[in-house]
Amino acid sequence: MMAQTRRKERLDRGIRVRTDGLYALMSWRELSYLTLPRVVLIFGVLALPFVMPSMYWQRVISIVCIYSFLAISFDLLAHFVGLVSLGGAFFVGVGSYLAAILNTSLGLPVALTIPISTVLGATICTALLLPCLPLRGVYFAIVTLMYPLALARVIEALNILGGTDGIMGVASFPSRWVEQYFMIGALLLFLFAIRRLVNLDLGLVLRAVKDNDQAVRASGMNVTFYKAIAVFIASAMGCLAGASLVHIYMWAGISQFALDFSILPIAATVIGGAGTLTGPLLGCFILVPISELLRAFGTLRIVFYSLILVGFIVFRSEGIMVYAQRKYHQFERWVKV
Amino acid sequence: MEIFIYGFINSISLALIALGFALVYGISRIPNFAHGALYVVCGFITWSFVRSLELNYPLSIILAMISTGIIGGLIYLFILIRVRGMAISEIIASYAIGLAILEGLRWRGFKGMTYTLPTFKEGSLMLAGTPVDYHRLIVVGVGVCIVAFLWIFTHHTKVGLGLRAMAQDERAALMLGIDSDRMAVVAMGFGSMLAGLAAVLLLPLGNIVVEAGYNVLLLAIAVCIVGGLGSWVGAVMAAFLIGFAQILTVVYIGPHFQMVVALLAIILTLILRPSGLFGRQKELEERV
Repeated sequence: MMAQTRRKERLDRGIRVRTDGLYALMSWRELSYLTLPRVVLIFGVLALPFVMPSMYWQRVISIVCIYSFLAISFDLLAHFVGLVSLGGAFFVGVGSYLAAILNTSLGLPVALTIPISTVLGATICTALLLPCLPLRGVYFAIVTLMYPLALARVIEALNILGGTDGIMGVASFPSRWVEQYFMIGALLLFLFAIRRLVNLDLGLVLRAVKDNDQAVRASGMNVTFYKAIAVFIASAMGCLAGASLVHIYMWAGISQFALDFSILPIAATVIGGAGTLTGPLLGCFILVPISELLRAFGTLRIVFYSLILVGFIVFRSEGIMVYAQRKYHQFERWVKV
Repeated sequence: MEIFIYGFINSISLALIALGFALVYGISRIPNFAHGALYVVCGFITWSFVRSLELNYPLSIILAMISTGIIGGLIYLFILIRVRGMAISEIIASYAIGLAILEGLRWRGFKGMTYTLPTFKEGSLMLAGTPVDYHRLIVVGVGVCIVAFLWIFTHHTKVGLGLRAMAQDERAALMLGIDSDRMAVVAMGFGSMLAGLAAVLLLPLGNIVVEAGYNVLLLAIAVCIVGGLGSWVGAVMAAFLIGFAQILTVVYIGPHFQMVVALLAIILTLILRPSGLFGRQKELEERV
């Protein structure tokens, strides 16, 4: 074996160290170093509906936002609380059926159904998942994978809530601009709120639950209670996505429990960068349009994104966002050993 | 009597489906979510051997099982081995592989009613007043043989004992000179062959469809969870429990509920007793 005479060294850029804390206010250069990525993200996303060529692609933006909600909720649960939830479809299904019922049976307008079904749906999801919260790892993953499937089969078997036909005639958003800017606004709001949340005391406890739950319990904190809070937040995002989906497609049905809503967000999280919260969003903005472009190939697109997923998880498990952050904050050089 | 006979047949089928999954998880701790895909793949390989290459039926069954075993081994060797020990990545990677295989088959046009395998033996006989076709009897016979064979294999052959050693304590096995990666490849290949065996036995009873892959995966998970992940004796017991429960619901409630039974069994078992009815107690590993 050849002896290694040099190795790569990574160092933080000077500007990163300088922009830490109050010193960021020293000059425009430091300020822009800090704000540039955020500004690019916010204005980039806000400008998207204008640059899209056709109505079809504007609709795709709304779909991207829906998947982004799910991806962020998966990222929050998996990488900040340690609960691997394969049940994104469960949240979407509950949210969408609630919104559809509120809209068609009670006649509530869109402005009311979405917030109500978000909060109510999150409560229902949390209550249903409460008994399985003490579970860990594979066990929690399997049980959450089963929930949407079981609920879909129950609806099918009992023939309730419209059975296999679903609930039709749900009101749509007033206009497509309202629809898109509502989705984008809510997405950015949730993204930055959750980035803030994971750095609060609550976020600290949640991360402790992930790393060492026995220690959290030994400190006299109720692990299940904190997990329930995290699940409530995550399922609120999922239900919001589901409720919006119903109003976009004007229809609620069993397909909203489909595995698509569980798998694509996970793929987006893995590709975008796990544990960064922005990464999943980036992953959705890459994956969903690709899968739209490949729509002509039918189910081949599922093959395609499964293979991307396997490739990323095996060979590049850090994801795009972590890589980009490293390049932005650090420089590399070769040093002699 | 009808309930008893068909419950028994259903239970044996479930046990056949689940054994491969239980074996792989028990030995290498990898939840092989590509199990259903391997099941369907074996069905299609057998079909292409029989219908396209026109080999004779028993030969193509054996060849198909061997190729499924090799596919399973390769999946482990090239992909799963790299993510071993990381629970999230294992699940996502194996599920994605399964998804890719199943949807790839669907894209190639393997769907609809045209893909059927012939039954081993036509006709039926009366068993205590209930008609049972020969094929189902063969399924039961092979199922019982396989359970017995597995027991002998894991208790009296060198490879089998190695596999059990791995399952009990991987580090101690390593110290005794058992190559854990090689054993895991063997286990994965063997588990895939069992999935293939279940496929060639059960698929002649219906059409070969891609959706079967998802159902088989769910049933395998249900049986293994109820029996306790990793314990294949528990899996056989649980297969009987779920098998009879399914037949009873079909008879007394309705055929729509057959799958609901399996799914509810998973959820309830995980909530009440995550290590399964027959699993070893390891409370701290699975819940806080």
